[in-house]
Amino acid sequence: MKRWLTLPTLCWCVFAIGLYGLLQLLIEIGVISVVWQITLANIGINVILAVSLNLILGISGQFSLGHAAFMGIGAYAGGIVLKMLPGYTGMLLGALAGLLISALAALVIAVPTLRLRGDYLAIATLGFGEIIRIIINNMKITNGAAGLSNIPAVANLTVIYFTIVLTLIIVCNFKNSAPGRACISIKEDEIASEAMGIPTTRYKVIAFVLGAMLASLAGVLYASSFYVIKPTYFAFAQSINILVIVVFGGMGSMTGSVVAALVLGVINYLLQSLPNERMIVYAVAIILIMVFRPKGLMGNFELSFARLKSLQDIKALPALWKDKILAVLARLKNKRQKEDA
Amino acid sequence: MTQFLQQIVNGLSIGSIYALIALGYTMVYGIIKLINFAHGDIYMVGAFVGFICISTFKMSVLSAILCAMVFCALLGVAVERLAYKPLRNPTKAGLFATALVMGFILIYLVAKATLELDNLWAGVIALVLSLALGFFVYFTITPKGNPNRIAALITAIGVSFFLEYAMMAIMGPNNRSYPATLGGTATLAGVQITFAQILIFIITLALMLILTFIVQKTKIGRAMRAVSTDADAAALMGVNVDRTISITFAIGSSLAGAAGVLVGIYYNTLNPLMGMTYGLKAFIAAVFGGIGIIPGAMLGGFAIGITETMVAGYWSSLFKDAIVYIILIVILILKPSGLLGKNVREKV
Repeated sequence: MKRWLTLPTLCWCVFAIGLYGLLQLLIEIGVISVVWQITLANIGINVILAVSLNLILGISGQFSLGHAAFMGIGAYAGGIVLKMLPGYTGMLLGALAGLLISALAALVIAVPTLRLRGDYLAIATLGFGEIIRIIINNMKITNGAAGLSNIPAVANLTVIYFTIVLTLIIVCNFKNSAPGRACISIKEDEIASEAMGIPTTRYKVIAFVLGAMLASLAGVLYASSFYVIKPTYFAFAQSINILVIVVFGGMGSMTGSVVAALVLGVINYLLQSLPNERMIVYAVAIILIMVFRPKGLMGNFELSFARLKSLQDIKALPALWKDKILAVLARLKNKRQKEDA
Repeated sequence: MTQFLQQIVNGLSIGSIYALIALGYTMVYGIIKLINFAHGDIYMVGAFVGFICISTFKMSVLSAILCAMVFCALLGVAVERLAYKPLRNPTKAGLFATALVMGFILIYLVAKATLELDNLWAGVIALVLSLALGFFVYFTITPKGNPNRIAALITAIGVSFFLEYAMMAIMGPNNRSYPATLGGTATLAGVQITFAQILIFIITLALMLILTFIVQKTKIGRAMRAVSTDADAAALMGVNVDRTISITFAIGSSLAGAAGVLVGIYYNTLNPLMGMTYGLKAFIAAVFGGIGIIPGAMLGGFAIGITETMVAGYWSSLFKDAIVYIILIVILILKPSGLLGKNVREKV
């Protein structure tokens, strides 16, 4: 039997709990103000959304432009249940309802559309996303275009933090599992993986439904953190925002999605002092980054403790990093010499 | 029956606007396989240029349309050169230009707002810093083509945001209304037709005829068709691929500019965020007819316009968008390459 408590797992646990402790400490001593806490909540929700879209786009290579709709399903399910039943039970039930409905919706969408490829798939998911939004817009229980307000605020940073951890555990383990590898092979070459006997449609549907369910979790958190939800929040523009985070961080890299959500969130926060120029600066930054670093911030890089086999390895880490930096410097030097010659 | 004909007339006039915008989408997609999300915003810019021409410079409608077309053509080429070309086929000079222009805008805005400088000083600082950035890029980055089409798509989204919010900063976020230039209606067998509708229809048909002529009969049209079939082979035959792509952008954008003025005249209202909805609809129209196929975009535009007015007229305007999307999905599932598209076999 495979040992599940390995050193890398232990490292991750220590890392996650340590980061949480640091966060709480900073809030406790007042370094992170209330405004920053709201920003952090927003960033956290974006992390979940980006990671869940990255599962669809970066791991299995399916281009979805309707991701915000699943977030909307989660937000409305969570909001409606929470208004009837305030408190953690309400949020859990709402999350369950959101997961169920979004999984069903994703299944209905995935089975016919995932036969399409590339841009056509993007367009079809865009259409489905908008249809879901229009349905929400015209239902009684969702209160139409006015949306829901006064949703009890149950989610706090702790809930959001541990949902992020849960999402990352699910997605990263999926990436390294047999279905995950099948998805990656579909991304690399669909025809070849079909020829190798991989049931491509089944794995694409699995990735799509899993991604949609995680997005609905983010929606529940959104509804219970920000009190008000409206159908327009979950329109095409929101799908685009999530997509920008994923591509900005690097498709396929979960580390990239987390870092990109943080960076974009902080940029957005800092730009709040210039309300008129905010979106222009943001747009120009997107263009510049895409032109000069099309792979995204992290490319394929993934933060990993998997190399660590024993405790001695941790002690050896600084030397390893030093070697890596030296290697990069040497490569740069070589390159310059080549160009000069 | 009268109501049916009335809906057809309304559908044809809104459909011709969709068709004009869809042509730009389809031409760009046909030639570089990019969903140009900024296209809807170029149409919005066209509407504003027409608005300024008519209300400030008191031009006639036709000359306003011409102005908007020229301005949008230039804008389209600038966008292509500064944002899309550096991704598709970068050169050192191209990257320098992108770093200079984008860096200038970025540094100018940030410097002006954070350091509270006046325009001149912010401009000087931005110019110096962006020149430095440009030369840094020029001397350190080796240009490398990038096949990642999603990066190009995100760039297009960035351009779209940029145009929307730059226009909002210049003109303010409020709705504006076109000065009423074309009053009057004609009644034909109980069907009311406004002069604006007649104008829209005539101009659209004229532009489509000109476009068909350019694409089918001229040398540049042949170059465009060659590049969209196989860019590498066209380059080997002596076609200047980059110039052909720029001209495609110019033509597509000028059509969008004309559509912008026409929609301003028809609906009398415009705002900086109007490009998104129309862009999306026109894009659906392009997919409906078969993206990359010029007659398909025309057919798709009219079909979407008529469907929309029919649903709004006979059922409920709340569901007109949903019906359009459902039609889109049905088309995509049954015939992914669009109504007029050919099914292309995948080769290994």
